[in-house]
Amino acid sequence: MSTSTPATTTTTGENQDARRPGFKERVNGLPRPVKIALWVAFALFLFLLPLLNIPFVTTEGSDFGGVLFTVATYVLVALGLNIVVGYAGLLDLGYVGFYAVGAYTVGVLSAEHASLPWLLSVPIAIGIAMLSGIILGAPTLRVRGDYLAIVTLGFGEIVRLTLVNTQWLGGAQGISDIPKPPGLELFEVPAIDWSSGAPVVDLDTTSTFLKFGITDFVPYYWLALIVIGLVVLFDVLVKNSRVGRAWEATREDEDVAELMGVPTFRFKLLAFALGAAIGGLSGALFATKSGFINPQSFELILSILFIAAVVVGGAGNRWGIIVGAIVVSYFPERFREFADFRVLVFGLALMLLAIFRPQGILPPRRTLRAKKADERQAILEEGEASA
Amino acid sequence: MQYLLDNFFSFTITGLTIGAVYALVALGYTLVYGVLRLINFAHSEVFMFGTFAALWVVMLLGGKGGGSVGQVIFWVAMMFVAAMAMSGLIAVLLERVAYRPLRKRNAPPLIALISAIGASFVLAELMGLRSRVASWVGLDDNLRDYVRNSRNNAGMPTIIQPQPIFTIGGYHVTNVDILVIVGAIAIMVVLDQFVKRSRLGRGIRAVAMDPESAALMGVNRDRVIQVTFLVGGVMAGAAAVFYMLKIGITRYDAGFILGVKAFTAAVLGGIGNLRGALLGGFVLGLAENYGSALVGTQWKDVVAFVLLVLILLFRPTGLLGESLGKARA
Amino acid sequence: MRSTLKFAVPLAVAALALGACGTKGGETPAPGGTGGAAQAACDLKIGMFGALTGPNANLGIYIQNGVNLALDDYNKKHPNCKVTLENYDSQGLPDQAPALAKKAIDDKKVVGIVGPAFSGESKAADPAFNEAGLVTITPSATATKLSTNGWKTFFRALGNDDTQGPAAAKYIKETVKSTKTFVIDDASEYGKGLADIVRKDLGAQVVGNDTIQQKQTDFSASVTKVVSSGADTLFFGGYSPEAAPLIKQLRDAGWKGTFVVADGVKDQSYIDNAKDAAEGTIITCPCVPPDVAPDFQAAYKAKYNEDPNTYSGEGYDSATILLEGIAAGKDRESMLDFVKSYDKKGVTKQLKFDDKGESADIKVFAYKVEGGKIVGIGEIK
Repeated sequence: MSTSTPATTTTTGENQDARRPGFKERVNGLPRPVKIALWVAFALFLFLLPLLNIPFVTTEGSDFGGVLFTVATYVLVALGLNIVVGYAGLLDLGYVGFYAVGAYTVGVLSAEHASLPWLLSVPIAIGIAMLSGIILGAPTLRVRGDYLAIVTLGFGEIVRLTLVNTQWLGGAQGISDIPKPPGLELFEVPAIDWSSGAPVVDLDTTSTFLKFGITDFVPYYWLALIVIGLVVLFDVLVKNSRVGRAWEATREDEDVAELMGVPTFRFKLLAFALGAAIGGLSGALFATKSGFINPQSFELILSILFIAAVVVGGAGNRWGIIVGAIVVSYFPERFREFADFRVLVFGLALMLLAIFRPQGILPPRRTLRAKKADERQAILEEGEASA
Repeated sequence: MQYLLDNFFSFTITGLTIGAVYALVALGYTLVYGVLRLINFAHSEVFMFGTFAALWVVMLLGGKGGGSVGQVIFWVAMMFVAAMAMSGLIAVLLERVAYRPLRKRNAPPLIALISAIGASFVLAELMGLRSRVASWVGLDDNLRDYVRNSRNNAGMPTIIQPQPIFTIGGYHVTNVDILVIVGAIAIMVVLDQFVKRSRLGRGIRAVAMDPESAALMGVNRDRVIQVTFLVGGVMAGAAAVFYMLKIGITRYDAGFILGVKAFTAAVLGGIGNLRGALLGGFVLGLAENYGSALVGTQWKDVVAFVLLVLILLFRPTGLLGESLGKARA
Repeated sequence: MRSTLKFAVPLAVAALALGACGTKGGETPAPGGTGGAAQAACDLKIGMFGALTGPNANLGIYIQNGVNLALDDYNKKHPNCKVTLENYDSQGLPDQAPALAKKAIDDKKVVGIVGPAFSGESKAADPAFNEAGLVTITPSATATKLSTNGWKTFFRALGNDDTQGPAAAKYIKETVKSTKTFVIDDASEYGKGLADIVRKDLGAQVVGNDTIQQKQTDFSASVTKVVSSGADTLFFGGYSPEAAPLIKQLRDAGWKGTFVVADGVKDQSYIDNAKDAAEGTIITCPCVPPDVAPDFQAAYKAKYNEDPNTYSGEGYDSATILLEGIAAGKDRESMLDFVKSYDKKGVTKQLKFDDKGESADIKVFAYKVEGGKIVGIGEIK
């Protein structure tokens, strides 16, 4: 489902400026009805993905619907973290903290200490995650870039240790019986069965549109997809606004941005808060689907994977980081047959990606331009040196 | 509070011993950061490999408790040789495989972090799967004792029986405590002098200060970077020996938490600053122990991180400020 | 335009293929077992649900070794009708558990599950197993609460924390005759649950408490606390990876008291790693000493070249129950009643479950580390 941008093919030689039209330009060039049809088809495809059971794509070792839901939460997290890392250029190694805050807020408010309805506890979770972002950011964002990494990493660990050691939050036992969201049983969608070699509609295996049960994860995936759609929309709006430009200026050169009248601290804090809110939202969805949370699901290693998703995909490009999130969360599930070697292979893959795609899988357009400029300069410099 | 005061020396000495290990590992982070401006995320695995090298050499030599003084000195010396060689080798390999290709391609700094994370996974998993690795090369029968239960702890016999040397404030300071603290400080002094006086040390400082000017002055940057990794690895190897003497048990994932702590220590002291790493390590070790005494052991990591945030708020470049040599302010 | 085509073609092909092949449903025969038929159904599977990779894998692998041994026994006896093991590697993480449970449920050939191994993943996965009516026998999850959720498919092949905690406290009070006891837990559900029971039962003789974290290796602060408290006995609620360095560092600091731990520490790796420091450690365990089942001991050693480890015996027993069910021609549905009414001697204990799915008739035994071996020293009554 990932489409590679032809623009990234390394064009060497003189006519570097004559770029071939990218995927985006080509899509933009299509007539409007075709474009809408394409989008609808794509969205439909995404919605039906867990039921199509496409051979090879479908995970053998684990339930595909469940895996897709996990992938969707990673995508959501990556979208949030992209605001912090990609747009504002702040290295956050403790993002799992916000994810945990979101999940635990839902857990505490709807199961452990109160029984608020789901529709109320999720917005509160987003709010509290955002607040925790501001509380963490306000003192620490004044600290220089690399230091921020270790401070946020510390934050992630503090959150986890607090969860383990606080009985009020369930301690190591965690929180059980988190209620399901209200369902809307509209229609049933049958799955496709490929066991005979050709696709057959299997009327025995169906998923009901938005019936949130225990043993069918497809509706949760659908819910997550809807949420992702909304967040992407929000992301596009923010990125193209004054706020997005302020982030870009801050990231490129903070001092210059400040001189130009951009209140950089406030914009960094805003990025932090928005990122935290989306992380919290993702955590809330996770808690809803699993119905049970304990501190084991919020280990430090998750923060590292989140960062990997963003950087591997291409920090700053929202489509890139979505691909990155899919790589990081889907591949370990898809290649379960590597069993013991899963993590080893994953580590190797990260190294290879870093070496052969240093700008990320889908780097932002701006990075590409910068890279080209660098290359040109390097060629010039080397030319001088050898002359 | 009273409790802490009653056992003050006990918490202090044990805090200093673990702090010494943090400090030595922190050096690796600090050196690499000073020269390359990058967090060498895989340094924790360099340390972990050192602990295994120390363990294996003791097993190989049949080290056990109650050896004669000469034997013990020999065993410990071999532990240092093995661990420093192993860690140094891994660190240099890491630089060749995970970092140099990126440098050649002018990759953005963040991607180096990804490469490092990948390398860290690979190294830890190789150790965690060492029984499988051994069976690939057909050595699993010969190496059984070295590779079995590869996901579990691996323990070393206590080759130096802790003997109280003197007592201070009710705490019996043992020979191991003294060896670790004094040894770590001695190694630091040697390193400090090396960076200050030797040709290679000057090269390291020059590259840390200004890579381009250093290159213009004829410093071979690649070579300096390699030496930096080597030195950092050797320090981690020394830390691994002290760790094994004090704790005596390691595991394929033992590096991760220690690495986080050591990196914290490096930042605490002022990253890029060698003496800062030493100070940061000791401060962190003490803070953890005092924190454990005051609010409970389960909160000791929380105490450590809160301290870090506080120090960074008031001294944004760490306790001693950052600088390798006297480079950056 | 090319990319549009690239995208549209497969969709069109898929649509065509679907149209051509039509639908199925309704008449699908249930594969596998056929109710009460005496003939054992072939190609059935049992599942092993637990951490097989990742940092928590050692416990899972010990269990899996036991399960594989039981499977070998069965397949040797039924060479024409072998049962295979399906692994559901959760890495011990509750967030992976539900999807794996669904996978097991959807595989109609899986008639029973050994696991989930940990309490956390059990809470995440068992509701789904319960809804699907797929029997689970856990060989290692000891959280007391698991059996109080009304899950009809939940069975536990070992005692829970409530049986072991009081026994440990009793042993400390009556046999060790401790007057000053220090209690440490590892903040895990298992360790803390157990330690809290011991704390409650011992009451005023507890002179100090501490909580460590899993994967911690430096215990200097805890050591200072234990030594300075003057405790004659230390109870540690947790697992062997932390117990070994803890006792080693305590002995290094010159502490001479009695170290009492529970079944999470009962494995050879504890002694291998703590070496001499492990000598004299008292281990309580709701499991019958291995000299009762020497055959299992020998078979395990022959296959894996090491002694049975923590929960290997429970894994063997759990798998054996399910395999005997298969031999008796049970399918997924009828397996439930089979397990409920099961009553035979296993390698760890008499295997029989009460109406909550708990092992009935749990006896807690005391073990002691002597000369590098864990030896039984009698039942705690």
